[in-house]
Amino acid sequence: MLYFIVNSMRIIYMDYAATTPVDVRVIKAMKPYFTDKFGNSMSLYSLGQEAKMALEQSRSAVAELMNAKTNEIIFTGSATEGNNLALKGIAFANREKGKHIIVSSVEHDCVMESAHWLEKQGFDVTFLPVDKYGLVDPAIVESSIRKDTILISVMHANNEIGTIEPIKEIGEVAHEHDIYFHTDAAQSFGKIPFDVKKTNVDLATASAHKMYGPKGVGAIYVREGVKIDPLLHGGGHEFGLRSSTVNVAGIVGFGEAVKIAKKEMKAEAVRLTKFRDRLIKNVLKIEGSHLNGHPVKRLPNNSNFSFDFIEGEGLILQLDMKGIAASTGSACSSASLEPSHVLLAIGLKHEQAHGSLRLSIGKYTSANDIDYVSRVLPGDVKRLREISPFKKARE
Amino acid sequence: MKYGLYTKKVMKYFKNPKNMGRMKNPDGVGKVGNQICGDVMWLYIKVRNNRIADIKFETFGCVAAIATSSMITELVKGKTIERALKITKEDIVKSLGSLPKIKIHCSVLAADALNEAVYDYMSKNKHPIPKYLQERHERIQKETENLEEIHKDYIDLEKKIWKVGKK
Repeated sequence: MLYFIVNSMRIIYMDYAATTPVDVRVIKAMKPYFTDKFGNSMSLYSLGQEAKMALEQSRSAVAELMNAKTNEIIFTGSATEGNNLALKGIAFANREKGKHIIVSSVEHDCVMESAHWLEKQGFDVTFLPVDKYGLVDPAIVESSIRKDTILISVMHANNEIGTIEPIKEIGEVAHEHDIYFHTDAAQSFGKIPFDVKKTNVDLATASAHKMYGPKGVGAIYVREGVKIDPLLHGGGHEFGLRSSTVNVAGIVGFGEAVKIAKKEMKAEAVRLTKFRDRLIKNVLKIEGSHLNGHPVKRLPNNSNFSFDFIEGEGLILQLDMKGIAASTGSACSSASLEPSHVLLAIGLKHEQAHGSLRLSIGKYTSANDIDYVSRVLPGDVKRLREISPFKKARE
Repeated sequence: MKYGLYTKKVMKYFKNPKNMGRMKNPDGVGKVGNQICGDVMWLYIKVRNNRIADIKFETFGCVAAIATSSMITELVKGKTIERALKITKEDIVKSLGSLPKIKIHCSVLAADALNEAVYDYMSKNKHPIPKYLQERHERIQKETENLEEIHKDYIDLEKKIWKVGKK
């Protein structure tokens, strides 16, 4: 069992969707690549080739877990970079063919902002609506397709509400119309099965730090034959798609995390699903509480709630005082003072998004943690309701 | 020493807010809200001999909103109305040590709520309303025009709950 301590207080970490601690086995695998095996993977001598070999082994590991070919995996600096590359790289390489892009309205900010930036460059973007669970309807994807559509991007699983999108069906629609399909799998890769062949995706983004690997490492699957431009030009690393001296140690860590996930993912998903459902059951006993996202089609580790009459930032800091680390989609906690676009897209009112709480669990979550949070939360919600003018749902 | 985003003092007021809760039969109520972030603050006052004899608040908002609400009640309690209305958002922020830049608007909300509570008291009691108070009132009204609309569901729900409770 791993414990997290901050200011000599034990932390119950409930924010695995934000980031994860690095698995000790991952650190062990990475370590030699900082000191003894520090070579540049582009160097011809054996020190460099040693690094190159480690890089390729990690590439194989990532490829294997998503059923891709080795040469279809490009390592990046983050999932954000991968998503930027997918959208901008496809848009610019295929603009002769068309200028229309389709994305869902619940994508991560890095997809949303890339899409908005492309709009400024003269591309047209359709933002797909979602239902109250955050699900994209493949029929609406199909009806949104135009003659000049070049890319469809719908995430595999949502980072805020955990909803798992019907990417297989969307992939089929995209392929029937001969349009590239990209999926952001940053939240799902290493947690639930993901197969690029079965889901008909042409591009898929993954991240190491969401699955017990290091921060600063991501990967993007680019199906063989896809026409795409790089964002970074230079020495031609990563098949010319991502010039930059390769972060060998980080990538070795990613590779190790993927190997561990391959072995442990299935059992872990079963364990976390049980915990998740127990947590949801407990939290929904609080009067005026609502589950955001789909009850079943959701990541094993995600739960997201709204509480009437209260605001999320206060709740987060109150939980923090009790050692619980969680997050909210409240406007107060964002730099823009706007509530989460995902919660608004599923039809929540401004003030309901204000009172949202995401509890995401992971490898080091125990049954005791679930019970502790379930015990503490009702009191914290009640206290904030006492301060709120809207109260007073009778507890 | 900062507790993450906030100073220790802000967190202290968030943990133990002073003068929090609903007031029975207040002499004046100020209901204000922030259009951007959605925070809402209700301030109740009791006035005796031109002094703010008692004051209470209810706030739907973040840590900064709750701390500034609590702070303004402490700053004005016992003061004459004229003196109380001189308290600015800067005074509130200063009394709390500091606030993150992005949270300064919360202190505006507190100052506005007091203005509105006093305005409500004066107009109910047919006191002549000073020009500056009237001007501030008009600005605040304009800014919070849609507020009741935004929170309509909550206000309706609350009314329902209260009705049920009375039966």
